[in-house]
Amino acid sequence: MPTKAKPAAPAAETSTLKTGAQIVVDTLVDLGVDTMFGYTGGVVLPLFDKLYDAPIRVIIPRHEQGGCHMADAYARASGRVGVVVATSGPGACNLTTGLGTAMMDSIPLVAITGQVRTDLIGNDAFQEADTTGITRPVTKYNSIVKDIKDLERTVREAFFIASTGRPGPVLIDLPVDISVGKYKCNGKAQIDLPGYHIRAKGHARQISMAAEEINKSERPVLYVGGGVVSGNASEELRAFADKAHLPVAMTLLGLGSYDQRRPESLDMLGMHGSAYANYAVQECDLLIAVGARFDDRVTGKVATFAPHAKVIHIDVDPSSISKNVHVDIPVVGDAKHILPELTNEVEHRERGPWFAKIAEWKKKHPFRYSRQGTVIKPQYVIDEICRQTKNDALITTGVGQNQMWTAQFYKFIRPRQLISSGGLGTMGFGLPAAIGVQIARPDATVIDIDGDHSFNMTLTELATAVQYELPIKVCILNNGYMGMVRQWQELFYGKRYSCSYLKNPNYADVARALGAVGITVDKKEEVPKAIEQMLAEKKPCVVDFRVEREENVWPMVPAGKSLSDMDGLGILESMA
Amino acid sequence: MKHIISALVENKPGVLAHVAGMFAARGFNIDSLVVGRTEEPNLSRMTIVVIGDDRIVEQVRKQLARIIPVVKVQDFVGKPVVARDLMLVTIAAPPEKRPEIISMVEMFRARVVDIGSKSLMIEVSGPETKIEAFLDVCRPYGIKNVARTGTIAMPRQGTSGED
Repeated sequence: MPTKAKPAAPAAETSTLKTGAQIVVDTLVDLGVDTMFGYTGGVVLPLFDKLYDAPIRVIIPRHEQGGCHMADAYARASGRVGVVVATSGPGACNLTTGLGTAMMDSIPLVAITGQVRTDLIGNDAFQEADTTGITRPVTKYNSIVKDIKDLERTVREAFFIASTGRPGPVLIDLPVDISVGKYKCNGKAQIDLPGYHIRAKGHARQISMAAEEINKSERPVLYVGGGVVSGNASEELRAFADKAHLPVAMTLLGLGSYDQRRPESLDMLGMHGSAYANYAVQECDLLIAVGARFDDRVTGKVATFAPHAKVIHIDVDPSSISKNVHVDIPVVGDAKHILPELTNEVEHRERGPWFAKIAEWKKKHPFRYSRQGTVIKPQYVIDEICRQTKNDALITTGVGQNQMWTAQFYKFIRPRQLISSGGLGTMGFGLPAAIGVQIARPDATVIDIDGDHSFNMTLTELATAVQYELPIKVCILNNGYMGMVRQWQELFYGKRYSCSYLKNPNYADVARALGAVGITVDKKEEVPKAIEQMLAEKKPCVVDFRVEREENVWPMVPAGKSLSDMDGLGILESMA
Repeated sequence: MKHIISALVENKPGVLAHVAGMFAARGFNIDSLVVGRTEEPNLSRMTIVVIGDDRIVEQVRKQLARIIPVVKVQDFVGKPVVARDLMLVTIAAPPEKRPEIISMVEMFRARVVDIGSKSLMIEVSGPETKIEAFLDVCRPYGIKNVARTGTIAMPRQGTSGED
């Protein structure tokens, strides 16, 4: 369970008269919450007043979106439930991007929003918004508390729903009159969710059928998604892959679930995945998907995806099965339960010819970049960060080229090491995420590998990092463009760079003005030293790498094409 | 193909919005949706008629089940069910036409529920095909207004009975 074990309840059956705000805070403490992210405001004043002397550390972001990303990344890095608080109206509206990010990536998050008095709801009151209406599509569940008797149970249910099954964000909307109202609360409310069923154990017969197919397979591929990370099943995955002897391809969110330094790793698959992963998927006779959802960035053209393969799909969410791609053998349940059972039933097979073919693809089409010239290649920066941190840093990213190069060139070895917005693709995620990760893991090296445009979106949170003295590092791969958009414009819109260019500030100056360390690097030979200095810094540190302006991410499966239709392989070969 | 899906849901605010929102967000079409109370005060039943191929309807069923206040989902396709619509229809009925209209009403086992100076309001219930057939025979007289409930359905316990 992501939350800590709760302390023993008071011995006597005592009910004390408490305000709603006190009930919320006491329940959070009882659920093991010791850290949360929150921005105050009118209708959450009663709640923040009770937080003032609660044993909970409250991190104040500069914007509610940032706070939500911090709580999300805190959850991703720690495996615990992230908690964020915002006020009504604009505060709640500002959470939506963060909630959508957490929803798409199945991150356990509880958001508490203030709401106007219940008798004002619907009257267009000051700072009123229909928060449950606005956030319904971007939450796993939400509810408004209209009776203080339901409050404690609602908070407990929110944590339970957020952290179990396929995790996700849950929002509680809390009208201010409920916060200040009083109720005799005994702290023992029971959750009551007749419509919420979690299937943890897989169906034994389905597992046996899956094992049989795996044992028969000559050319299997294991396709691993974020579900293995969030389900804490990386150890089980490794044992399974090792015993059955399977090559392992990972999605962006699956990276780290299998050590990428191992020869069986095919690294990332999909649009900007490795040629060897994509070829292997297209030629395999059995695809074993675990905690993945056949996203369009992974499958390319669905009709020609893995055309020779039978498909086994292990997932905790039944609605993921056969949503995009027909599944032959579904196994619904928790990977942590299912994988060991499957491991028991599979046999070790050498599959020599298949691994030989994979080795050939790997040799012919590795991720590459040009080492020529004097301009800094963005891939080189990541390569160097990976080398100096010995594959061991916690990495967050923005969205776009910076994110894809990070996925390609940093070789991850552990789960929860890469923290990135996959499904929603939220630019601006990297910096607040680095803050959330550093709060969760105070002793770890946390690096945001960001793009200039992504960084621009939430750079105000640098002040948050300074306030809490967090030694986060921000590496801006500054090409002055919205790089991925520019790449698409180059390839598909006749190099008409419409609105993909911004005049950027001097980031080192910005960093210094906000109280952080700022470094500018514009020479290739200065890169290693700058990274060394950055890693040694105890203050938040921003390094502005002025990189090759029109570098492209290769290979690339153009949208709607088959996975084996990769552009850029020739370009990569010419860099050898 | 037409599927009748029956969902037992918690009687909480926002559940209808959640279900309707899911249909809209995922691009599923609703033919009709009926919500009513059940014998349990904290549960309501939604009967939703959806048209789509098996893959789409399977997704509809799974996505419905995924909504937390949705307690149980059944797809009645291929199962013996009693499915009924209720319709109120007002048709132009000058006095000289009334005898034939009333005999038609009797044939359909419908009922006249309101008599106006120039029109009659008729209540008719039954399977959707019967409602449609009744509308067809009303059309020549001039239909002034129609209100329909949409389909509700329940699985049969016995093996025979009225369609």
